[in-house]
Amino acid sequence: MFKRLDDSGETISLAVDGKPIQARAGDTVASAMLTAGIDRFRTTPVTESPRAPYCLMGVCFDCLVTIDGVGSRQACLVPVREGMAVETQLGKREAGR
Amino acid sequence: MNAADLAPSYELVVIGGGPAGLAAAALAAKAGVQTVLFDENPGVGGQIYRGIATTPVRNRAVLGEDYWAGAVLASDGEASGATIVTGATVWSLDPNRLVGVSIAGQARLIQAKRVIIATGSMERPFPIAGWTLPGVMSAGAAQTALKAQGLVPTGRAIMAGCGPLLWLLAAQLLRAGTKLEAVLDTTPRVNWLKAAMHLPDFLLSPYWSKGLALMREVKARVPVIGVSRLSALGKDRLAEVVFATGAGERRMKVDLLLLHQGVVPNVNLAMAAGVPHRWNARQLCFEPVVDADFATSIPGIAVAGDGAGIAGGTAAAERGRIAAHAAVQALKPGAAVPNVQMIRHQLAREEMGRAFLDTLYQPAPSFRQPVGDTIVCRCEEVTARQVRDTADLGCEGPNQMKAFLRCGMGPCQGRLCGLTVTELIADQRRSTPAEVGYYRLRPPVKPITLGELASLPKSEAERKAVER
Repeated sequence: MFKRLDDSGETISLAVDGKPIQARAGDTVASAMLTAGIDRFRTTPVTESPRAPYCLMGVCFDCLVTIDGVGSRQACLVPVREGMAVETQLGKREAGR
Repeated sequence: MNAADLAPSYELVVIGGGPAGLAAAALAAKAGVQTVLFDENPGVGGQIYRGIATTPVRNRAVLGEDYWAGAVLASDGEASGATIVTGATVWSLDPNRLVGVSIAGQARLIQAKRVIIATGSMERPFPIAGWTLPGVMSAGAAQTALKAQGLVPTGRAIMAGCGPLLWLLAAQLLRAGTKLEAVLDTTPRVNWLKAAMHLPDFLLSPYWSKGLALMREVKARVPVIGVSRLSALGKDRLAEVVFATGAGERRMKVDLLLLHQGVVPNVNLAMAAGVPHRWNARQLCFEPVVDADFATSIPGIAVAGDGAGIAGGTAAAERGRIAAHAAVQALKPGAAVPNVQMIRHQLAREEMGRAFLDTLYQPAPSFRQPVGDTIVCRCEEVTARQVRDTADLGCEGPNQMKAFLRCGMGPCQGRLCGLTVTELIADQRRSTPAEVGYYRLRPPVKPITLGELASLPKSEAERKAVER
């Protein structure tokens, strides 16, 4: 969905659902996932429909993911860190995590 | 900065590091007021100056000189002596000015003598069929990704909606080398007639020539199509948009649809603090009731910037300065401060022409008051039909609607459905949004973990009260 205007800059490695992706310094978890081509951040608790970030500014909460074991973090507000483990959230099962 | 480094109290707490917050913190700190500014983002600038100190977009022409003007606000804030804390989420504010804030998983309750809420605006909900599909985003989202991370859309991109920011973002994306398939303009034609009476004022505002230049720049490179209906289609992600033009229905294959129909105050924190709000019939949103100093009826709490009613980024900075001036007068009478009459004069200039923009870009009722299966509450997946039917059953307001349908009770706490639910109830019951009112909001206004709450400092007496 998105690409970088300038691909230089320090790379940071993180894992999304166990698969490694390369981010850049200055990325949030959401921008790193979007540029890695991930367009399903979670599925909804009610109908299990796929969702991706809508607002990227902390308002819509559609980018919720599990980061280093803590559920329902706003991916658009969390800066990437080397070695971060991100998991997409699926439906109801993880809604209470 | 860590939570442990914060003082237990500050003379002034500013919440939000956009133009209003930065300008307020700088003025107050320079006058000798002990000031802390909290912003939840990784850097200051708010949305308008997002990533101002760190943006990877080096070509200044892409974002434009109005963006780079924010660098002065950011550096003034840094140099003022105010403590500026980013990555700091304010989740609570009570009428006694106790501020709940979390930094890197550690929470603190900070007592403030004065508070300036500068939480700005958010994009107005744009509830069309399919707006929850991956591939549909707000235009502001794309602008944020461009400013903060230097990202541009790939594939087929379409922008749709109305308002000055739609044209600005289209121009910025084009300058960055993005191809846009179309701009779908939802501005109702009748609005041009309604806005005409406000034109003389607008001609004197700085927005006139800038706006015209932006529209020309975009229209020279992208087909602009007037539309009266719009839906996004796709199974697991966006595949197609369908829209109605004067010449009939059209379809376009698309990978990314960017929606925007203006901005509205982000009211959650101010409302949860108990600040009275009123309906603004021209801007079609709720805004806090404030006086000429942007003070609310709650002693010591002011709301500055677009959070006090939409007027734009440069006006927001002036509003922040006026609110900070009042705080300095109260806390340090006699301290050296800039002439407030000059600031008010500047603000009046910045606010000129607003009536024209508000009237011209008032979104059509069909884009604010959906029907049928269109989702209204994205979190709980509540449809327009459900809200309308429940209003017909006798449900009179948004708070009762929560009990019936859970709308507004998901993680976004009503931010993306509040205005729509209010307008739908008003429409269905032949009432007005002012009568219907808004969700009752309560802290925490942002999610916090139990661990964060448990990290609050506890006294020996508090510990003994619960320990056996």
